[in-house]
Amino acid sequence: MPLNLADYLPIVFFLAIAGAMGAGFIIAAWVAAPKAPDKEKLSAYECGFNAFDDARMKFDVRFYLVSILFIIFDLEVAFLFPWALALDDLGPFGFWSMTAFLGVLTVGFIYEWKKGALEWE
Amino acid sequence: MASLIHQYGPVWGVWLGVGQILLVMITLLLSLAFLLLFDRKVWAAVMLRKGPNVVGPFGLLQSFADFFKFVFKEIIVPAGANKTVFILAPWLTFTLAFAAWAVVPLAPGWVVSDINVGILYLFAISSLGVYGIIMGGWASNSKYPFLGALRSAAQMVSYEVSIGFVIITVLLLAGTLNLTEIVDNQRAGIWAWHAFAWPTIVIMLPMFVIFFVSALAETNRPPFDLPEAESELVAGYQVEYSSTPYLLFMIGEYLAITLMCAMMNILFLGGWHLPGGPVDNPFLGFLVFYAKLWVMFFLFAMVKALVPRYRYDQLMRLGWKIFLPTSLVAVVAVAAYVTFAAPQAGAGL
Amino acid sequence: MIAAIAFYALAAIAILSAFCVIAARNPVHSVLFLILTFFSAAGLFVLLGAEFLAMLLVVVYVGAVAVLFLFVVMMLDVDFAELKSGFLSYLPLGALVALAMFAELGLVSSAAVQAGQGRAAIPLSDVDPGVTNAEAIGRVLYTDYLVVFQLAGMVLFLAMIGAIVLTLRERPGVRRQDVSAQVGRRRSEGVELKDVKPGQGLGVEG
Repeated sequence: MPLNLADYLPIVFFLAIAGAMGAGFIIAAWVAAPKAPDKEKLSAYECGFNAFDDARMKFDVRFYLVSILFIIFDLEVAFLFPWALALDDLGPFGFWSMTAFLGVLTVGFIYEWKKGALEWE
Repeated sequence: MASLIHQYGPVWGVWLGVGQILLVMITLLLSLAFLLLFDRKVWAAVMLRKGPNVVGPFGLLQSFADFFKFVFKEIIVPAGANKTVFILAPWLTFTLAFAAWAVVPLAPGWVVSDINVGILYLFAISSLGVYGIIMGGWASNSKYPFLGALRSAAQMVSYEVSIGFVIITVLLLAGTLNLTEIVDNQRAGIWAWHAFAWPTIVIMLPMFVIFFVSALAETNRPPFDLPEAESELVAGYQVEYSSTPYLLFMIGEYLAITLMCAMMNILFLGGWHLPGGPVDNPFLGFLVFYAKLWVMFFLFAMVKALVPRYRYDQLMRLGWKIFLPTSLVAVVAVAAYVTFAAPQAGAGL
Repeated sequence: MIAAIAFYALAAIAILSAFCVIAARNPVHSVLFLILTFFSAAGLFVLLGAEFLAMLLVVVYVGAVAVLFLFVVMMLDVDFAELKSGFLSYLPLGALVALAMFAELGLVSSAAVQAGQGRAAIPLSDVDPGVTNAEAIGRVLYTDYLVVFQLAGMVLFLAMIGAIVLTLRERPGVRRQDVSAQVGRRRSEGVELKDVKPGQGLGVEG
């Protein structure tokens, strides 16, 4: 089935209506609800004391590692999409071509595993 | 909408199309109100409690009462917060959660936008769900939301990979990215549904389970609700939110859960087709689809009631060391089946 | 007509938000504008008929790369005001780089215009119009462009190794859960049965 641009028009409308509805909810509360802010109410949540410092802080590099690894696997999935569609036309050659590609990445995955990059502590 | 414009001209076509969209949205919101109540009732029943039972008969109107309560509460924006991002985050969650439903076919021919790359669109939109959470957690400028956002980002990202691989296995069998065609590939009855078709059931049934568990993690549902673990993080990224911004987060979260149920329906359980055979009547099709949606949601609710929360290192291990390799092997296995053994490989329509 | 309006709107949003990426004071806002730029680019791809590429752009860039950016910018706690203070001293060098890039872009586009003269339009592809573009890519990428495809795999492999080498630090003294050790534990290793005489107890030494 060829691309039909008109198929994308409803998505734009859908986004617009959903966005308007979301904004409407916020505005409704803004209008209808009482507004009586005070210093204590507006302070950040803590266990009974004032926050010592800014909440934004440095943290474990593992979180970055996870998101980098995610990008790599996400790209791998991206390569798989057209392949999954065309596999019946490609035949065995297409299958082995992808197996080689996945094989390389599996070696990387095993390396990751052995190095302990997937460990969480 | 395209066919409506073609049929009724640009002006009336667009208005009818907008009406169609509103109909879908209102159906969704109303269903959501009762799904929320159902979730609480199931949870209560497992704990031998009654659950909400005061507002309306059997508490049926509870969600509507909650809605009005939210609207009449004060919106509190913490003093140290980044105001734009703080308000933008729930709005984005809500809008994106709705936007995904634009391509979901609800019955034969009942789809707002029947695009060729439907499943990819859903994959894309659900990968954006993480934004609302990290933006909300960061903008609050408070310790608990920050930690919740951090956990959530790493968690959602980890399980998205296995969701991607599982989707690929279905695509290998269906041979198309269009959601309606994926459903129609399973029209012959329960033994043609992707989860149960012989002989791929050996792989696809476990893939269905992996998808289900990953969906739990992706939507931050128990037992993977670490981003909002009440006992340690209070409410995670939502701590500083009140009133309708909180409501938007809540609706977004439940819409995402319902979307995951719909995706399981479409990818594995034959969509609107009955176990006995195909359904071509849109009204009957919608009822079947809707009933299956509720069954899947019941599973989500039961898991919440029955399973204790995971620890974070266990969660990461499950995602990266068990689901990822298993689904990767499954992709190769299904591909080998399609290439070498299938009678009519990837019988797309 | 609507397609033309959509093109100009999307192009305008893309350029404006790209400008805001470098103009915004708050780096988090910069990343959010970057995401908006990606979205408008995806919209432009849809207008070109490349719906598969549009979705991939959203999945990979918005869903993965920008999440990492946002992560880094939000959580790394870098003092961006300090980083920006060097703006003036870097200006000449930056201007030079920008000039070189503009010259290159101009060369490429003028060459393209010259090559395009005498032809009605550059044919986008010669694929069967009844095939979706995801499948059209699938039919050639894994066979005709096998070498490039495998090279892409190698690049991903390198990225994986590189990320681990650069970021993985062993922390001493961390106790990890060892599942096989837990499961492989026998009763005899954990439980000791003592026969205790009534009235005597075990005593402190056991």
